[in-house]
Amino acid sequence: MTFSGEPQATKLGRLRLPAKQRLPMDDLQPLLFWIIALMMGTCAVATVVTQNIVRAATWLLFTLAGTSGMFFLLGADLVGTIQLLVYVGGTLVLVVFGVMLTAQGPFINMKTSGAEWAISAVVGILLLSVLVIGTSKIGHVGPPEKSAAARFQPTYTLASQREVRDRLELERGRGSIDEDQYYLAIARLDKEQVAQASYSAVIGRGFIGEPVGPVHEETVGKSNKTILVRAHYLLPFEIVSIHLLVVLIGAAYLARAKRRRRVAA
Amino acid sequence: MALFAFSFWALWPYLLAIFAAFILIFGFMLVSAIFSVWLERKVAGRIQDRLGPTRVGGKFGWLQTLADGIKLLVKEDIIPTSADHMLFRAGPYIALVGSFMAFLALPFGNGVVAREMNVAVFFMLAVMSTEVFGIILIGYGSGSKWSLFGGMREAAQMVSYEIPMALCVLVPVIVAGSMNLNAVALQQKNGIWNWYIFHDPFTFGAFWTYFTCAMASCKRAPFDLAEAESELVAGFHTEYSGFRWLSIFMAEYGSMFAVSGIANVMFLGGWSLGLPFEMTELFGSFLGETWGTIVGNLINVTVFIFKGWFLVFVMMWVRWTLPRLRIDQVMMTCLKYLVPISCVLLMGVSLWLLVVPQFIQAYFNWLMFGVCVALLVVLIRQWYSWASSVPSDAMPGMWRSIGVPGYQGAKR
Repeated sequence: MTFSGEPQATKLGRLRLPAKQRLPMDDLQPLLFWIIALMMGTCAVATVVTQNIVRAATWLLFTLAGTSGMFFLLGADLVGTIQLLVYVGGTLVLVVFGVMLTAQGPFINMKTSGAEWAISAVVGILLLSVLVIGTSKIGHVGPPEKSAAARFQPTYTLASQREVRDRLELERGRGSIDEDQYYLAIARLDKEQVAQASYSAVIGRGFIGEPVGPVHEETVGKSNKTILVRAHYLLPFEIVSIHLLVVLIGAAYLARAKRRRRVAA
Repeated sequence: MALFAFSFWALWPYLLAIFAAFILIFGFMLVSAIFSVWLERKVAGRIQDRLGPTRVGGKFGWLQTLADGIKLLVKEDIIPTSADHMLFRAGPYIALVGSFMAFLALPFGNGVVAREMNVAVFFMLAVMSTEVFGIILIGYGSGSKWSLFGGMREAAQMVSYEIPMALCVLVPVIVAGSMNLNAVALQQKNGIWNWYIFHDPFTFGAFWTYFTCAMASCKRAPFDLAEAESELVAGFHTEYSGFRWLSIFMAEYGSMFAVSGIANVMFLGGWSLGLPFEMTELFGSFLGETWGTIVGNLINVTVFIFKGWFLVFVMMWVRWTLPRLRIDQVMMTCLKYLVPISCVLLMGVSLWLLVVPQFIQAYFNWLMFGVCVALLVVLIRQWYSWASSVPSDAMPGMWRSIGVPGYQGAKR
């Protein structure tokens, strides 16, 4: 028996449902995708091409806003919002520093030499090829496909999901269902939950240490016993926050006013 | 390829719905801005002991803002030679879009929201920071030193005031266990005593702290250092005229209503009138679900809008009463006072939920509500027993000697 909490990868070809099963939403999503993607692409090119640093930052803002729009399109509201908050703030600080630290005239221009163009072109093409090769291997990304009929008949609502989980926990504690049955049921619930695109709560619970990741096998101890565990993301989260703390302290150290050493008269 | 697979004919109901939602929200923003500007002029007038607009559109000058709007539309559109033309043109629209986007997640009634989100309040705070970006571009792109100063002040102010504002919003979020504004408002239904402002001492404090930060984030006096007309001509919008200036103004009034809306939903029960029933449920019980939802929500939306306008009025009241702070005082207010206060509130509410016994938590809102009502009664009684100004025939000092209670003026 295999356990997989992850939604099964579906092929690109399945994205288009037969005309009878299709909803207007299925037509709207590709249209919106193309609008946002074109906007992002244009703005990204403009970011690179423009020589004025504040204009570049503005184009960058539009690109990043488009990225968050992409997240909203995929139903990941939390990630999209974080993208918006963090990067708008980040770009803002970029503008302020761009103005304050590099200003010699009223509007700042950056000159780019031919060699820099060449190097950046090579790096850019390399990165692009990595991306293209990588994405072509992933297949379908996004919420798992459901048929139009199934989309309106969720097995569990979000509220009742919690109840079902608690119930399963209880049953496992009593021993009335075994581990395999438990994890199978949980994996099914996971699929359901991912399909309903309530990512934010799952992400949040993962960050405070509740095991929400996909179920996988792990061997423990000397007896090489195999158990089924779920990943949680408390440790990565803490590492990132420590990293940020280090950066903050470093920035404060670099930016603090240098005291002049008193020279003995 | 599947990504190209869309047909316009299947789409048009969706596009129509999107367009209708856009017109509704944008129309509301416009009408709200028109009304608020009129209100602002009347409030300013009354507080300064004059009448405000009286001529255009009948007795109260109802149509004054419309006349102003027409004047602004036909004004010459000037772009200074030294300005960065692209940023100068783009800035007002970025500000307006940021302000408009906030309304997408704001519920006006039970389920009356453009897009119900799990993270609605977080989303609103995030997109409103986009508005600030627009303001800074306006300040920078004008190519004027006054504007640049205004823009940079706005940047400094925004970066610092965002912190206590977000922390204060977190306080009721912790109590509610949700960032979904619709859900948070529904938790406060069935009576004014269920509003989260009365939930515990920390949410009560968080409301006032949030409202202070919200005023600062809309760059309203006493925190309007970005425009500070006594030192910076008109601050960031010195170089603007006509329609672009109009859209800057609309963005400001839009975000005023948006932050008031957050305050309403998070602390003041959203569309609840404070009565012990929910309108859609009440009407649903004898009109059936469909008509109950429609009729109930019509009342809900009206209540919500007027509650929002009331908080906007409070902002105006503060603006025309208090003098402007200095920029160092603005930063000090935030970093030395508001940030620590909001941190204490956040810690406090977490401990309250964890430590305080359940039965105290369950009935504490009644105590808070009772104390607030009692305070309000005492305050109103004081207002009616105070002499607010010296009669014209009285000498300074004499008023006090005849023992009018509460008269403070002659103490000097």
